[in-house]
Amino acid sequence: MHRLTLTAAFTLLASTALAQQTDLTLAIQLEPPHMDPTSAAAGAIDSVLYSNVFEGLTRFGPDGSVNPGLASDWTISDDGLTYTFTLRQNVTFHDGTSMDADDVKFSLDRIGAEDSTNAQKALYAGITDVTVIDPQTVQITLDAPNGNMLFNLAWGDAVIVAPESIETIKQMPIGTGAFKFDEWVQGDRVTLTRNDAYWGDAPALETATFKFISDPTAAFAAVMAQDIDAFSGFPAPENLPQFDADPRFQVIRGSTEGETILSINNKLPPFDDVRVRQAVAHAIDRQAIIDGAMFGLGTPIGTHFAPHNPDYIDLTGQSNYDPEKSRALLAEAGLPDGFTTTLKLPPPSYARRGGEIVAAQLRAVGIQTEITNLEWAQWLEEVFRGKDFGLSIVSHTEPMDISIYARPDYYFQYDNADFQALMKTFDAEADPAKRSNLLAQAQRKIADDYVNGYLFQLSFPTVADARLAGLWENQPTQANDLTGVRWTE
Amino acid sequence: MLRYALKRMLSLIVSLIIASAVIFLVVEVAPGDPAAFMLGMNAQPDTVAALRAELGLDLPKWQRYLAWVTGMVQGDFGTSYTYRTPVAQMIADRLWVSLPLALYALALSTLIAFPAGIYAASRRGQTGDVAIMGATQLGVAIPNFWFAMLLVLVFAINLRWFGAGGFPGWDDPYAALRALTLPAIALALPQAAILARVMRSSLLDMLGEDFMRTARAKGLSRNQALWRHALRNALIPVLTIIGLQFSFLLAGAIIIEQVFYLPGLGRLVFQAISARDLIVVESVVMLLVFAVIVVNFAVDLTYALVDPRLRDRT
Repeated sequence: MHRLTLTAAFTLLASTALAQQTDLTLAIQLEPPHMDPTSAAAGAIDSVLYSNVFEGLTRFGPDGSVNPGLASDWTISDDGLTYTFTLRQNVTFHDGTSMDADDVKFSLDRIGAEDSTNAQKALYAGITDVTVIDPQTVQITLDAPNGNMLFNLAWGDAVIVAPESIETIKQMPIGTGAFKFDEWVQGDRVTLTRNDAYWGDAPALETATFKFISDPTAAFAAVMAQDIDAFSGFPAPENLPQFDADPRFQVIRGSTEGETILSINNKLPPFDDVRVRQAVAHAIDRQAIIDGAMFGLGTPIGTHFAPHNPDYIDLTGQSNYDPEKSRALLAEAGLPDGFTTTLKLPPPSYARRGGEIVAAQLRAVGIQTEITNLEWAQWLEEVFRGKDFGLSIVSHTEPMDISIYARPDYYFQYDNADFQALMKTFDAEADPAKRSNLLAQAQRKIADDYVNGYLFQLSFPTVADARLAGLWENQPTQANDLTGVRWTE
Repeated sequence: MLRYALKRMLSLIVSLIIASAVIFLVVEVAPGDPAAFMLGMNAQPDTVAALRAELGLDLPKWQRYLAWVTGMVQGDFGTSYTYRTPVAQMIADRLWVSLPLALYALALSTLIAFPAGIYAASRRGQTGDVAIMGATQLGVAIPNFWFAMLLVLVFAINLRWFGAGGFPGWDDPYAALRALTLPAIALALPQAAILARVMRSSLLDMLGEDFMRTARAKGLSRNQALWRHALRNALIPVLTIIGLQFSFLLAGAIIIEQVFYLPGLGRLVFQAISARDLIVVESVVMLLVFAVIVVNFAVDLTYALVDPRLRDRT
């Protein structure tokens, strides 16, 4: 009898302990190279630190909306050139120093500096001056109106850092967020702990551990053995049905900002002929690629724009799967027997698996491809910088990046004066309705010109313990915002 | 003995100098720029140039080679391009995983292989021998990463005796050893299979020697002769294999470290190669070369200990 009571007591104890669980182990695939989001493009840095440790003037919400961050409020002058931000009161960095207008000026000036190593420097190139009005007010002046500025300031590349801690930021990031950086065991994990002096709502979690597991098989084993509580960006889509069926887990299938495209070298003959590019587009069966390479995960796209964005227009019909039409177009372009080109593939599985399927589909209309598998560094050198390629498959993961089509030196080399003018107008436009309209025109324009083959929007699967709530479903920017994550029951 | 050691030492130094030049050339020739990799697809050319200057990548190659080699001689391996921490520190951290893992695996492999090999040799042609040789055949044929996955499936996912991977650090030695157990087994079994076969055949070779006949003639039983006279002579080829295996276990655990997501040296090299973190790749490879050469040097010296004839030959 005694033993029974004891067992019952233990069970009770154990279950209360479970109910109060306040730690989380979250795995992601790639390890950050260092801890400074303002001097590298590596998405893994933001995956760990964005919104957890570092905050910007504005911040992305889970739905991609731009919300107040360290700036509680702002006004924009009528000419669209001056932004006046009101900063939150009583915000301190994790080292105890206060966050004020001087830190904002320091952070933004640092992006634009001559020796800046900010990967997104171009986004903030229009900022000509940052003036401290008083400790809680800062004024930003632009050289031309820029309707994207609040959006751009929400990027991880524009988070507010302090001059006091900048020297050691790469190993010891000091931010203003709800979590403090605790420890980094290189190759294994990063640990964050709750910041009790946080200005906003206190998060439910006390500690969060990020683990780095790159191998898909190891990822599967770690989730199955419940060594980790969640895997954000699970790398083996073929295993998802198994997790669906297991009551211990929940599978969240979110969307990303990653437009996966078959990029075409627009300057390289015969791709300089729009009929050839159109032929490529019609030769492709998007659903077959999504099913074959991604096990059904992904949304077909017909232009370079995220389908979850309210301004998205569905243009997939314009480049539907029609091999007959494709062959006819090739014949019309003087290539009735097709031609041979290169297909250079970076490492992610969407590219390697997708590449084989794309090659087979192109072969069916007479386009032969020589497939080369490249590592990222090689890809950047050969394809991106050297523009030495015919076709490639890449997911463009930056949010709202349709403006890359206005850069004639960008690797797919689309040089169109109309589109460039359109983007100039768009950047300067502040009126939301007009901006929507301009975005629609831009999407149509690149679809009409068949600049690239538009395949699918990259999906973002998260496998998590069924009792976890508050994880981001979508990835409006690469982030694992843990401020709202909690254990239920 | 001293002259023998000095001679081996000289060839060790020459090998290291040649290796450093070859490694530097091969790594630098591979296409890809670490700065461009770090800054990604939206970076402007001037930003990449600024980062290259910050990292010292704008210096001529020969200057970087000289700086690297002179630094290494003084124990300074330079600073990683991507992690921005001293390479020596990174390597030291990773060695705390890789070295114990290699030793653990080597110990397991030796513990399995010696008894198995000796037993098989003493029961030549009998059932025990056939069974052990069959098992080693299997052990040699199974790829270690596949075996590793099997171990994870059985012991981590189904039985839950071990974690599926990761490394908690040495603060808790029991937890650390536990975390290294499955990887060590996965690494050790194929090695043990090879070692057992070498042990057996080397012993059998000895059994046919004249001195063995003499030993038997003076009244020792077959087993007594085997233990007292054959074993010591049979150790030379076995030591060679153990030396090779240690180098292999230290450098070759890359795949096993991926499967068990261990923060070891192999994983560091893997990450560094894809990020074109040239200086890390160069330094780790150099260190491995150094380890291989030193292990071979040590093995050479132990030959001399085991076999007195070698001491006098030079």
